[in-house]
Amino acid sequence: MNMEQLSVVELAIAGALVVLLAGLNVALGLGQARSLLVAAVRATVQLLLVGLVLKFVFDVGHWGWVLLIGLFMLAMAGYEVLARQKHRFAGVWGYGVGAVSMFVSSFSVTLLALAVIVAPTPWYEPQYAIPLLGMILGNTMTGIAVAMERLTDAAWRQRREIEGRLLMGMTWAQAITEARRDAARAGLTPIINAMAASGVVSLPGMMTGQILAGAPPVEAVKYQIMILFLIAVGTGFGVLAALWLASRRLFDERQRLRLDRLKARA
Amino acid sequence: MFKAIDLQTALFGPVSFEVAAGECLVLRGPSGSGKSQLLRALVDLDPSEGEVWLEGVERRAMPVTAWRRAVGLLPAEAAWWYETVGEHFPDPQAVDVAALGFEGAVMDWEVPRLSSGERQRLALLRVLANRPRVLLLDEPTANLDDDNAARVETLVREYLKAHDACALWVSHDPAEVRRMADQVLALDARGEGQAA
Repeated sequence: MNMEQLSVVELAIAGALVVLLAGLNVALGLGQARSLLVAAVRATVQLLLVGLVLKFVFDVGHWGWVLLIGLFMLAMAGYEVLARQKHRFAGVWGYGVGAVSMFVSSFSVTLLALAVIVAPTPWYEPQYAIPLLGMILGNTMTGIAVAMERLTDAAWRQRREIEGRLLMGMTWAQAITEARRDAARAGLTPIINAMAASGVVSLPGMMTGQILAGAPPVEAVKYQIMILFLIAVGTGFGVLAALWLASRRLFDERQRLRLDRLKARA
Repeated sequence: MFKAIDLQTALFGPVSFEVAAGECLVLRGPSGSGKSQLLRALVDLDPSEGEVWLEGVERRAMPVTAWRRAVGLLPAEAAWWYETVGEHFPDPQAVDVAALGFEGAVMDWEVPRLSSGERQRLALLRVLANRPRVLLLDEPTANLDDDNAARVETLVREYLKAHDACALWVSHDPAEVRRMADQVLALDARGEGQAA
């Protein structure tokens, strides 16, 4: 691969454009300058730190570090899902439903990709394992957060309809079926749209990055297709698992709708 | 035939009563005394302590879906979730809509266009469609004019007689209480039950 190395000066030119934008923002009194600059500084510092961590892990190449980073990413994603819920489950379920679903789907899809599809040597090679897990986990996280928010919100707002179905002698699964279908659609729409629009409307970020880094376009495209499929599968299984756990938790052993197990965000 | 022993939640009770086949027990009490909560507990929609027996079977011994078909609750405001009335009924053709003053096409009516009184009467027909052994009726005539209220009273009486069923009926109307009550159970402001 032939890649044009970026120097600090060249990065600074791109940074200066952001400062220019912030300056224009102040001049027009739009009030976004501060958050724009803070976000730019955060991105720089966070990405530099990640670069250092990745360089260290790539150099060491031990599976323990890969696992540790994977679990750290999972823990952060769990909190992110929790933070996006308007009505969250009380107790460990609030964190647990999202984290367990992401763990089951993202980790197994990534393992499958590493073991069978990409198959680097060794199979846990951090250069492949960490970016793959990151992309799958990130998308799964968004899908699960959206789907769970839809489901719990529907349970909250459609309480009378759901209980009306229970009163007619329906099972909990029949009573929640429409809310669950809506939630699954909401969780899966972004990845379905991303697949449908990729290449026509947008060039996916990973493929763009590989091409900029000098990879042959056809190789980059093959990787991108694989990634889209893996993201779709990871998101899909993650959303299904989360919705199953969450809707199960909304009802108790006597099939009563238990909204007292949800609490509104403080 | 249908009895509760020390039934209670945080909102009412303890309440005990027994209703015989063909009987109607009228439930009275100030608002906030837990009448609706008592009905929800009887149909096992809210967790509650105590025993509820239907024809010799305790509720926990029966699958809850079967229990809710056998103990039918008509809430004060029943929910509708499909576009047309008929979709809510297991077998729309088998329903005797004339008994509550409807014409035959009512099953094709759109739910959003129903008046509150029409909804209430149709919701009663929907509960009866499950052929429940016990009817739990939360102010079933609250939105009805006198003619329709009388139709509801007659229909419930005939149902109890024809199916050897029994009913719990929440009412605030003294005249209605006199007409319907074989027994009266009064909940006081603390939600404790007292046979009267």
